[in-house]
Amino acid sequence: MPKTGLKLWLRQTHSIKLNIKLHCQNNEVLALVGPSGSGKTTVLRAIAGLYSVENGLIQCQQHCWLDTKKAINVASHQRAVGFVFQNYALFPHLSAQENVAVSLNHLSKNKRLKYAKSLLKKVHLEGLEKRYPMQLSGGQQQRVAVARALAREPKILLLDEPFSAVDQVTRRRLYKELIELRRSLSIPIILVTHDLNEATLLADRLCLLHHGVSLQSGSPAEVSTQPVSTQVAKLMDQPNIFTAKIVEQKPEKKITQLLWCGQIIEVGYRANYKVGQKICWMIPASDVILHRRRKSSKGERENPFTGKIVDYMLLGGYVTVSIEINQPLKTYLSMSVPLHVARRNELALGIFIGVSLLSDSIHLMPYESLRNEF
Amino acid sequence: MDWNALSLSLKLSAITVAFLLPMGLIVGRFLAYHHFYGKSLLQAFLAIPLILPPTVLGYYLLVLLDGGSFLGHLLETLFGQSLVFSFEGLVIASIIFNLPFAIQPIQASFESIPREIREAAACCGLSPLKVLLKIELPLAWTGIVSAMVMTFAHTLGEFGIVLMVGGNIPEETKTLAISIYDKVQAFDNQAAGVMSAFLLLFSVMAISFTYLIAGRYQRHYA
Repeated sequence: MPKTGLKLWLRQTHSIKLNIKLHCQNNEVLALVGPSGSGKTTVLRAIAGLYSVENGLIQCQQHCWLDTKKAINVASHQRAVGFVFQNYALFPHLSAQENVAVSLNHLSKNKRLKYAKSLLKKVHLEGLEKRYPMQLSGGQQQRVAVARALAREPKILLLDEPFSAVDQVTRRRLYKELIELRRSLSIPIILVTHDLNEATLLADRLCLLHHGVSLQSGSPAEVSTQPVSTQVAKLMDQPNIFTAKIVEQKPEKKITQLLWCGQIIEVGYRANYKVGQKICWMIPASDVILHRRRKSSKGERENPFTGKIVDYMLLGGYVTVSIEINQPLKTYLSMSVPLHVARRNELALGIFIGVSLLSDSIHLMPYESLRNEF
Repeated sequence: MDWNALSLSLKLSAITVAFLLPMGLIVGRFLAYHHFYGKSLLQAFLAIPLILPPTVLGYYLLVLLDGGSFLGHLLETLFGQSLVFSFEGLVIASIIFNLPFAIQPIQASFESIPREIREAAACCGLSPLKVLLKIELPLAWTGIVSAMVMTFAHTLGEFGIVLMVGGNIPEETKTLAISIYDKVQAFDNQAAGVMSAFLLLFSVMAISFTYLIAGRYQRHYA
């Protein structure tokens, strides 16, 4: 049994299908990421004892909460879990202070209310103790929910899409508060989100779920740039996923060569692939480098391609463009650059540009048939 | 005003409410939170008094409670007297007739509590009993009070089923509604008018009270 953190595996073939294995250390934020219906919330509910699985093991700190082999299933109110629900689930008939005090059932009423007040102060809600949930804004409600979850001195903190019900400005402020809060906590924190940017910002590691199966775990950067399969790459919203063929292996030069769109692409040496083998590869949109339009540079020799801009989208200070690489075959490469770079290079629909694919950023994956295969 | 009839009606209403409050809480909460085969059938069965004419229901209860039937014989042995044309029989008939008025509002009020609220309470360390007492009952109380007020008012004014099962025995089964009928039959329109006005006033107050508490709840918490 692990002495710290959370260790979990869940298997189920009926009802909601599950095949999940994960762990989360103390003081670590693990993000459960995946599309709707992937089983993220079910995992949280199982940890909290709100959902019973056919087969599973849940150990937290030095306590076994679930072991189906030994018929152990600790009731939810006996598991020391702090749970922040998606819509906060505050008790509407109780004030903010009373909501927090509910979790302090083991103390006398006076101590309960006093401690609840101090917790609300910690989450910047001083002076709002007597307000009812309906009199609080979304952000304030979320803070009450966090204070209530922490009041019980939980052994694990579970956050179920806690930022989905607030506006973007409030969300950014709450992100900062969560980052500050986690520094003061020495328990595992599991965050459910479908927002990859949120997971990257807040989590130390992420676990990607799909149809109740954990596909890959690792740091957000690792899962995003080194997916184990095209399915993971697609779920991580990677736009540049293609098929190619290994045409040459040069171990002495530490180079593997691929044939893609009639051109050779050089990547770092990958010994586990054979010449002639079909593979899939991907490159993040941020690692497709734009050639300066008026002045060539040394980096332009690295896997250069030219193409026509067929799509141009500005979002949050970044421009994402789609480049049609090989017109008859309709192969599109996606690239994102800061807005000032796009302006300086006068990027616009219909113009031809040159790009380089950074060899270090090209990731190879086992072959799977893709829609844009050639 | 027939004070004996009023007293009997109030007594019958109070006893019916006293029986239906725990019954409504248990059955209403169970139906709100559990799904099982035959649930719709059970709910339909419980709702029958809403659509069946009171005289029809009264007739079946009369047959069932009669000493000649198995159940009637069993109850007669248990109570030491026939329940037909007795106050005890009237109580049983009243409870059955008011089942939907007690259960349905309570079930609806429990159903209106989001699952997450109950789960959050469990995650706060509250045992199932404490969840019921501290979270569910305070949130469902408007439905519970409505159910009790409606049951009380409905029993107070019930006529058909009382006449069928209880008959018209002064100080035993003659309720206010039966007394009004009697007074009209005897051309004592003034007495009938006073008693009718009382029932009308009481009904208006009961309905207003349920709307008032529902409105206050909406303003405060919803």
